[in-house]
Amino acid sequence: MRDVAIVAFAQSPSVRSDTQRNEVEILMPVVAEVREASGIPKGEFDFICSGSSDYLAGQSFAFVAGLDAVGAWPPVSESHVEMDGAWALYEAWVKIQMGYADSALVYGFSKCSLGDLPEVMAMQLDPYYQTPLWPDAVSMAALQARQCLETGAVTAEQMADAVVRSRANAKSNPNAQLSGDVDREKLLAEPTFVSPLHKHDCSPISDGAAAMVLVAGEKARQHCERPAWITGFAHIMEPMDLGVRPLTESRSTAEAARRAGVDAAKLDVAELHGPFSHQEILLEQAIGIGSSTDVNPSGGALAANPMMAAGLIRLGEAAARIHDGSAATALGHATSGPCLQQNLVCAMEGR
Amino acid sequence: MSEAQLVEALTAPHKLQYTYKRSVGPVMGRFFTALRDEGKILGVRREDGSVMCPPKEYDPDTAAAISEMVEVGPGGEVVSWAWVSEPRAKQPCDRPFAYALIKLDGADTPLLHAIDCGREDAIRTGMRVTAKLADERVGHITDIRCFEPEA
Repeated sequence: MRDVAIVAFAQSPSVRSDTQRNEVEILMPVVAEVREASGIPKGEFDFICSGSSDYLAGQSFAFVAGLDAVGAWPPVSESHVEMDGAWALYEAWVKIQMGYADSALVYGFSKCSLGDLPEVMAMQLDPYYQTPLWPDAVSMAALQARQCLETGAVTAEQMADAVVRSRANAKSNPNAQLSGDVDREKLLAEPTFVSPLHKHDCSPISDGAAAMVLVAGEKARQHCERPAWITGFAHIMEPMDLGVRPLTESRSTAEAARRAGVDAAKLDVAELHGPFSHQEILLEQAIGIGSSTDVNPSGGALAANPMMAAGLIRLGEAAARIHDGSAATALGHATSGPCLQQNLVCAMEGR
Repeated sequence: MSEAQLVEALTAPHKLQYTYKRSVGPVMGRFFTALRDEGKILGVRREDGSVMCPPKEYDPDTAAAISEMVEVGPGGEVVSWAWVSEPRAKQPCDRPFAYALIKLDGADTPLLHAIDCGREDAIRTGMRVTAKLADERVGHITDIRCFEPEA
């Protein structure tokens, strides 16, 4: 395995609706920021990989607009995933592992405010059995939450506590959308939204973007004082159909963490991508996170959830704790699909 | 030419969607045909003998090709549910309803569908429901209009 490190990370503020800028205009400042931070100028990246979704932009090949702005002339080596930018990062990491690149620029972006996001999300489902029923993303998550609550896998108090933690941690994150001091009992007393979920159990709808730079080998130290070295990287997908996989645990997260060589007892920081409060708890359980690990110091997805970037932001927030020296080991997690269908784990350390 | 004709605008339908046509294959094809023509719900038998509904061509755990169809339902049991108090226009019911995972009689895995029972306190996990078929069936999952509490 080649040593590869995250040497720069930037994100836009997450906002409910950016009425001034289009997707590309939200993206470009963060791309400029990581170019500047890494010292790698435009045109000098061996590989560029992005994550975005035509379904959110409402037009086919929407990612081309982003690529045009990032710069595709003279010709560049480039790829795109219709997934969260965390999977674009995975592709870039594989490319570097294969020896086809020594550096990569990765980004993810979306403007979720343009449509009815929970309804748009129904289009990622099985087109024969599920999408024609238009089960929105909140309803799908609510089916999982009820099973978790009724089997005792997760308690209502744990769900409220995840929200309390998220909002409190987000107070020190200027890019977060929701932050502040909230009270567990008050949260529990709120009316339900899509029962059994409350509105606060759901991540907000966010416009936003994030970018990251990967560099291989000792050269990484030329671009970053304290690079976040990737020690393990894996992603696993489960069946989409909710009926044929256990919903009260995240098997794929547990397996991805195992393959990434995660030692939960030695984790300083874990940034988990749980778009719904019960999912954050399932993820903690799957990885075996204990009380010595700082979970979601950024506030996590419950505080800001720009689709196609929120997973990449988790990895970036984890890397940022290595960069600033506050953590020696960190884990970034990203999820995709309904009810934690697919999960990615990236383990990193400072040396 | 009258004034009305002069101001008449040329219009054409525009749907913001991908115009894919999909073929459903040998297993889902039989499911949708049986549902449309006979009003029957079919599952598929897996290698371990259990029955999966909705049926797929491959076993999700072993990836084995499977094709033995078994009639299931139309009654079944609620495994989980989500109460939609403000339905969207495209959703199966125009009054508050539940999305639910429903394990049909004879099946071992639950099907995602809608339950029309009027009020949230009229549904609970474990409750018996039965499929209500659409009057005109076209071979889509919406040929099951919804599920209703068993009488």
